[in-house]
Amino acid sequence: MASDMSDFAISHQGIDVPAFRASLEDVTSGACLVFEGWVRNHNDGRGVLRLAYEVYEPLALKEGELILQEAMSKFEISRAKAIHRAGELALSEPAVVVGVASSHRDAAFRACRYIIDEIKQRLPIWKKEYYADGNTEWVNCQHCAQDPVPK
Amino acid sequence: MKSVFVKWFAAYREATGIEAEPVSTSASTPAELFLELKGRHPRLASSRGALVAINQEMADWETPIEAGDEVLFFPPVAGG
Repeated sequence: MASDMSDFAISHQGIDVPAFRASLEDVTSGACLVFEGWVRNHNDGRGVLRLAYEVYEPLALKEGELILQEAMSKFEISRAKAIHRAGELALSEPAVVVGVASSHRDAAFRACRYIIDEIKQRLPIWKKEYYADGNTEWVNCQHCAQDPVPK
Repeated sequence: MKSVFVKWFAAYREATGIEAEPVSTSASTPAELFLELKGRHPRLASSRGALVAINQEMADWETPIEAGDEVLFFPPVAGG
């Protein structure tokens, strides 16, 4: 099935979820699933105030498009789209949306799950959390940096 | 020795203090290159869970690197 311009996008502004849902409309589909990932106020027991996403766009766009194409070929679905945020986000803002339309619901559920799981593992996107205690941290990166070893 | 161009992202950029650097190296893979660069950047720690891209394509840590390559080091990703 031919895809509209680009089905995967990075947005520097708030995601318009109703418009995103509308862009999935398709008369051959009997199921539509829209998953929203939101900014929550806690992580690992720490209070989170807000967060920022850094995105390496050239590769995130390419890999994101590839994930959607994989979902289109693995599952019996008619549409697959996703948008991921970049920049600073407040609590409860959508950080990512994944939308799938298909003839029947089972394929839509499985495709949606596949897409969000692959997005989390493969896209060059990093999340920095700002905590209530004043600290900040890159998520998943406890082992990335260390204090210099004393000579 | 060959010349490559290295780019650092997110936590790695903060650990190295730079976004990009030309590197003269005898490393033949990104894994070897990362180890070598740890010597130059004392705050750079582990590549555990990290991803690497060469010339704008996702690559393997054992992919051979060649003179003129652009090597991107991506710390563990956390999208979604």
